[in-house]
Amino acid sequence: MSNGDAIKVAYWPGCVSRGFTPELHGSMALVAERLGIELLELDRANCCGAGVIAEHNQELADTLNARTFALAQQTGLSMMNICSTCQGAQSECQQRLDADSAYRAHINEVLSGQGLSYEKGKDGFTNKNFLWLLVEDYGLDRLADKVVRPLEGLRVGPFYGCYIVRPKHRLGYDEHPERDLYLEKLIEALGGEVVEYDGARKCCGFPVVTMNRETSLRQAGTHVGDALDAGADCLVTPCPLCHLNLDMQQPEAAKVVNRELGLAVLHLPQLVGLALGFEPKQLGMGKHVAPTRWVEERLTVAAGA
Amino acid sequence: MATYTLKVRRYQPESGEGAYWEEFDVDLDPSLSVLDGILQAKDRDDGSLAVRCSCRAAICGSCGMKVNGSSTLACKTQLGEAHAAANRRDGAVAANGGGAEGNGATAPPRGADEEYTPEPTAGTNPIVVEPMGNMPVIKDLVVDMESTHWEKIRRVTPWLLPHGEPPEREYVVEPESMIDVTQTMACIQCGACVSSCLSMEADPDFIGPAALAKAYRFVGDPRDAESKERLHDLAHDPHGIYDCTHCFSCIDACPKGVAPMDQIMRLRRKAGEAGIEDPNSGHNHEVAFVKIIEKKGTLDEAMLVQESYAPGVKGKLKPSKRGIRETIKSLPTILRPLRKRKVKLRQAIPGTHHKLPGDAMADVQAVYKHAEEHSTELNLYIKGEEGDEEEAVAAGLEPERTEGSGAAQPHSGGDDQTLGAGEETTEERPQ
Repeated sequence: MSNGDAIKVAYWPGCVSRGFTPELHGSMALVAERLGIELLELDRANCCGAGVIAEHNQELADTLNARTFALAQQTGLSMMNICSTCQGAQSECQQRLDADSAYRAHINEVLSGQGLSYEKGKDGFTNKNFLWLLVEDYGLDRLADKVVRPLEGLRVGPFYGCYIVRPKHRLGYDEHPERDLYLEKLIEALGGEVVEYDGARKCCGFPVVTMNRETSLRQAGTHVGDALDAGADCLVTPCPLCHLNLDMQQPEAAKVVNRELGLAVLHLPQLVGLALGFEPKQLGMGKHVAPTRWVEERLTVAAGA
Repeated sequence: MATYTLKVRRYQPESGEGAYWEEFDVDLDPSLSVLDGILQAKDRDDGSLAVRCSCRAAICGSCGMKVNGSSTLACKTQLGEAHAAANRRDGAVAANGGGAEGNGATAPPRGADEEYTPEPTAGTNPIVVEPMGNMPVIKDLVVDMESTHWEKIRRVTPWLLPHGEPPEREYVVEPESMIDVTQTMACIQCGACVSSCLSMEADPDFIGPAALAKAYRFVGDPRDAESKERLHDLAHDPHGIYDCTHCFSCIDACPKGVAPMDQIMRLRRKAGEAGIEDPNSGHNHEVAFVKIIEKKGTLDEAMLVQESYAPGVKGKLKPSKRGIRETIKSLPTILRPLRKRKVKLRQAIPGTHHKLPGDAMADVQAVYKHAEEHSTELNLYIKGEEGDEEEAVAAGLEPERTEGSGAAQPHSGGDDQTLGAGEETTEERPQ
C-alpha cells in the first residue's frame, strides 16, 4: 500500500467496540467511508484474549490469534484493528508464530481442519491499528486534505494505551520508531493542539479493575486530572479498554483521587470524524459518560470565528 | 567528540532545599555513555554530584536511573542515542512533558553490535537525567533501594526451601530442569523495572516486577519444595501477582531481558494450574475470560464482571463477601451507560451476549481442544527468533551466533548450546 492508493483492509473491530463502546465501531464505519478506506469485516474471527488467555495457556492464545490472522489472509488483505489491546495481544502471538516454523506448523495442524493456514509474511501481511494505518499507509497529508473542520483551538491530550507502545521490539518500533508519536502528529494534522501531560503513555489501570479497583481507578483518575491541569479539552485514545476506565469509570475514578474531573475522552475515529465534518452526535459522543460539551463548544467557536 | 548538555535533577538534603534542575555541558564522543557524561560533569564542574556506579559495563547494576524519562542503566545508554531521543519531534515530547516510560532512549537498531555509534542528531534539548522512580531519593541520582527494592525482594523469601534431609553433598538437578528459570536468573538487581513500574506508582505496596521475577526463580526450581505455598501466598496478597496491570514497562526497562511481567504471568499460570483460588478474583477472572471465549467466541463483558466476582452462576451462585461488595461498587458504573443508552439493557445482563455463527463456534472449540492437549509454552528468550542469526551473519555483524545477535532479548550468561535444547521449548512440540 502506498499513499494515494485505494485502501482495503480485513477489519477486526474487537469485542469491546461491539460491546460496551458501540460508538467506536459506529464512528469507525462513518470515518472509513468518508476517507475511502474499505473495511471487510472479519465477522467469524474471535477475541484476541487481551493477554488474559495467554496468561492461562499461551498456545491457546497463539492459536486463537493465528486463526484470526488466517481468516484475514484468506481475503488476501492486510488486517486493521481499532484497539490497542488487540494490537498488543495479537502482536505478542504473531511474534511467537513468526519466530518458529515448527511451532507455526503445529498451530496450523488444527487450523488446516478449518480450511485455514497462517503463513508468515504472506502477501506482505501486516496487522495495524487504525492509528498506524492512517500515518503509515493513508498518509497524514492526504488526511489533512480531507479535513473540512480543522480542530482549531481544541486542546487534545493523547492517550495511547500500553499495548500499542510497549514492548517496542515486538510492536515494530525498530522499523517505525515514531509510532509512539503518531497521536501527536495526527492531532496536529487535524488542526488541533497537542497537550503535553504526564500520562500519555502510561497505563489506564483497566486490566486490574476487578482485582484491585483502587489501584486501577487511581491510575485513570490521575491521568485525567493531569490532563485537565495541563489545560486539555479532551483526551483521544486508540484503545476502547482505556476508554472504559477513563470515560465510563471516570466518576468513580474521581472519587478515588478525590477531585472533580469531567474530561471528555474521544475514541480515535471520533476525533478524526469531527475534523471530517461529522457532528458529535453522529459519532456517538452523546453516549459518553464524561461530558463532551466542552469539545462541542470549542468547535462551535472555531466555526464561528 | 561532541558537546552534550545533561539536565540533571539535583537534590542535596544537607542544603535544606528542595530538588532542582542543573545543566552540565560535557564533551565526549557520542558512543560514550550517559554515565561517562555524568562522571565528566562531576570531575570538571561539581564534585558533589552524587551517583552510584561501579563496573560501567552493564553487569553490576549500580547506575540505574531515568534518562529522558526511561528507566535504564546510565552506562548502557549512549550519549548520542540519548540526545537523539531527547530531540525527537523537535523535542516537543521530551521527558518533562508527556514522555512517560518507554519514550526515552531509543535502542540501537537490531543486530547492531557493541561498536554501534549513532549519527549525531541536531537539536538543542538537553538529555534529561533523573534518579529512579518509585524509590525515595537520598541525594541527587542516588536512591534508597533498601526501603523499597530490597524490602520487596526479601518479601518473596528469596532462597530455596527444600524439604527432607539435606543430601550428603550438593543437590543434583538435571540441567534441562533449570532452563525454565534462566531468564529470571539473568537479573542483576539494578531496580530499573521497579523504577518503571506503573502499578507501583499507583500502589506502592505492590510487590513489584523485580521481586516477583525473583519469586518465579524459586517457584520454577525443581529443588524447591514449597512452590505451592509460595504461589498461594503471592496470589492471596492483594498487592501480589494479580496487582500487575500488564503495562509492559518493566519489559522495556530491563537491561538484561528478564521480562519481569512475563514471569508474573507465568506465576499466575502456575497458580491457576495448582488450583489456587485467591480473594482478589484474579483466578476467577482468568478462568471466566477463557470460558466465555470458548462458549461465545467474543467477550461477554457483563458475564466477565459477574463471573469474576461470583463464579458458577448457572445453578450455584456463590458470591464471596468481596464479590458482593465489589458488585455493589460497580453498579453506578453500569447504570450510567445504561442511562445514556450507550449500553443496551440486554448487553448489561450477563449471558445474553451473542455467539459467533455456528460453524465458527465449532472452529473456536476445536482450537481450544487442540491447544489444551498440548499447552506449549514457547519462550523466545531461550529459543530466539528464526532468521535473526542469518540476518546478522549476512550483515557482517556476527560471525556466528553469540550473545546479542540471536534472541530478541538475549540472555546474559550461560551456554546457548545447552539452553537451545530445553524441555519447555521442544519436548511437547512435535517436530
